[in-house]
Amino acid sequence: MKWLSQNYPQVIELFLTHLALSVPAVVASFLIAVPLGWSAQHGRGLRGPVLVGVGLLYAIPSLPLFIIVPVLIGTPLRSSATMIVVLTVYGVAVLVRSAADAFASVPATTLDAAAAVGHTRWSSFWRVELPLAGPVLLAGVRVITVSTVSLVSVGAVIGIQSLGTLFTDGFQRGIRFEVVTGIVLIVALAVLLDGLVVLAGRLLMPWTRGSVGRARAKRVRDDAPVLAEPQLASAGKHEEAPR
Amino acid sequence: MNLFVDAWRWLTTGSNWTGDGGAATRLVEHLLVSGLVVGIAAVIAVPLGVLVGHTGRGRTAVVLAASAARAVPTLGLLTLVALATGIGLTGPVVALVVLAVPSLLAGAYAGVESVDRVTIDAARAVGMTEAQVVRRVELPLAAPLLVGGLRSATLQVVATSTLAAYTADVGLGRLLFAGLKAREYDVMLASALLVVALALVLEGVLALVQRLVTPRTSARAGNARPISTVPEQSPTERTS
Repeated sequence: MKWLSQNYPQVIELFLTHLALSVPAVVASFLIAVPLGWSAQHGRGLRGPVLVGVGLLYAIPSLPLFIIVPVLIGTPLRSSATMIVVLTVYGVAVLVRSAADAFASVPATTLDAAAAVGHTRWSSFWRVELPLAGPVLLAGVRVITVSTVSLVSVGAVIGIQSLGTLFTDGFQRGIRFEVVTGIVLIVALAVLLDGLVVLAGRLLMPWTRGSVGRARAKRVRDDAPVLAEPQLASAGKHEEAPR
Repeated sequence: MNLFVDAWRWLTTGSNWTGDGGAATRLVEHLLVSGLVVGIAAVIAVPLGVLVGHTGRGRTAVVLAASAARAVPTLGLLTLVALATGIGLTGPVVALVVLAVPSLLAGAYAGVESVDRVTIDAARAVGMTEAQVVRRVELPLAAPLLVGGLRSATLQVVATSTLAAYTADVGLGRLLFAGLKAREYDVMLASALLVVALALVLEGVLALVQRLVTPRTSARAGNARPISTVPEQSPTERTS
């Protein structure tokens, strides 16, 4: 505790640095993975190659990647740019698969119906396909949010500052409390960001929230049979799938 | 790009492979540590996962514990255990086991859980005991998902074993850290490429194993889709 009271300004700074590395990587992964996942699902013969490709990306260990990425794209070895690129590679590797599964969960007949009522492919994507794929996509974003926050700390061994610095510094100086502080804060940050992702999901997809309660309320109000939502109900299961 | 040439030259120089701290020794160490860790994790996780999948009890607790374990940074756990037990293998092994358990556990219980209830009832109806149901029906049918869990656990462990060198003098990470300290970037890149190659080879081997243990009928059943990072599905399985 004494250590924390003396060092909290540095801890807060590392926390913010950690946050500043994690969030851009998650956002970038999302922006890259959604179009890739969509084309993997819709492009003829693309699913296999795209998914094998991202699978191989995922097989590359992170520590070596911190050394390979700077050589390939010319970013400095110990820089936040290197870190964000590495994190994005992993985020994309995991999220493309979720995105392909998410778009696969939208029934083809629904897309046909959207086309039949006059949606163009573009508006059908934004107004029909993406909202319906949303819950599965959200589950994927939650997985990469947690793994990204945890992965940032590895950069500390090659000298990229983050909460992981508390591990290397604590280890070198033999301060156990410093390491514990790092672990607790990383888990806390992961939980916090995961919570924000869930919240964003509820705001963007209000129809997934409390469907039972609202369905019951609706039944009382309308006295009409309630339609089941199997598509949405099954979506949550994906979170538990091992990576 | 020049660095890749240098790294390649380092890799193809015979003298870098021999000797006490040579690449060959480090490679073997890396494999041994990874094997030990996956072994320990499997002994813990597989029986527990099968039990949870078979009885359906404790599922929520297992899911919660596994996702909590995923959020714990391996480097933090590694340094924490190393501070408590001193320099050596204990730190890395404990931290890597915690890393490997969630995937194995999830593969085991998801695999057993995915077995059709009708099939299990049929096995009971023909007079199998619970132990026989588990051994002869549930385990063979759960095999693809089980191996899928083993596959992602192995992948993560081989990749992360590089960190073991942070507190113990073992594995390919040793070369990487030595290169970092001496600013010999060719050595760092060479060892990085070795780890990548090892991970990809193991990934390929386990993907093959997974295909071999997949019962032919499950392609039609559709509920035993292997959980993996590399897909086995043919394009015909697309739903749209």
